[in-house]
Amino acid sequence: MRAQMLAAIVCGLIFGAGLVISDMINPGRVLAFLDVAGNWDPTLAFVMGGALIPSAVANIIRSRGSAPLLDSRFYVPTNRSIDWKLVTGAALFGLGWGLVGFCPGPAIAALSTGRWEAVLFVAAMLIGMLVYRLSHRQRLPNYSAN
Amino acid sequence: MTEIDYLWPLAGGLLIGLSAGLYLLLNGRIAGISGLAAAAAGLTHDGDSKLGLGFLAGIIAGAWLAAALVRHPDITLTSSPALLIAAGLIVGYGTRLGSGCTSGHGVCGLARLSPRSLAATAIFMAVAGATVFVTRHLLGFQP
Repeated sequence: MRAQMLAAIVCGLIFGAGLVISDMINPGRVLAFLDVAGNWDPTLAFVMGGALIPSAVANIIRSRGSAPLLDSRFYVPTNRSIDWKLVTGAALFGLGWGLVGFCPGPAIAALSTGRWEAVLFVAAMLIGMLVYRLSHRQRLPNYSAN
Repeated sequence: MTEIDYLWPLAGGLLIGLSAGLYLLLNGRIAGISGLAAAAAGLTHDGDSKLGLGFLAGIIAGAWLAAALVRHPDITLTSSPALLIAAGLIVGYGTRLGSGCTSGHGVCGLARLSPRSLAATAIFMAVAGATVFVTRHLLGFQP
């Protein structure tokens, strides 16, 4: 567990640094990227493109190996059905993201700047998650054996 | 577009993907920030709240370190408190209902060609773009 915790912290450090270096942490940049009909700023497409390379390599390694280094199995969702919850949830997320330019990772990273806007957004986000938790009896996730 | 305009996002993106890839290969888990945040707050059945807290603390520290050592972020954000609260509530509820956000679906899910993540990413990108179009070009907000 101690090694897993260390891995989580180190991965978080790299993730947070990536959000700052890419400028994903800046809602103004994110909204400019989403504003295709306006003065479009395409640079954030390179964030997604860049992120997919190591992530895809890791998935290729996963498909060949038997278990992760610090745990006995992978906890990867195997559900493939595109249901109304997925569609509605993704649409709601897109709406909130487009309103202010914050998604969960950058909003949490922005807490490091001490901006009250980030604190307010993250607090509201956690309340939104609590509302979901109270209104849905979550089914247990269906993980793959590998 | 000058070289540096896309080299920073590319370098940052590679780091985000490296983090997600390492988390998968080390801990066997998806580096989806909405899921980790919910776990950290004790709002999931299965989640490891301690691992979630560790990851989130790492994000904040990593962002602070990168801002101090590599590139100071120039944060443009003029949304009103009411809009921040509304958007936060919608993002929190929506990411739980839809099982993920930009990182979980966009970075981790697309990388393993998950059909759910492909659909979710297409939907939230389209709706976010439409939201910006409506607020900026139809309603005239310019945040």
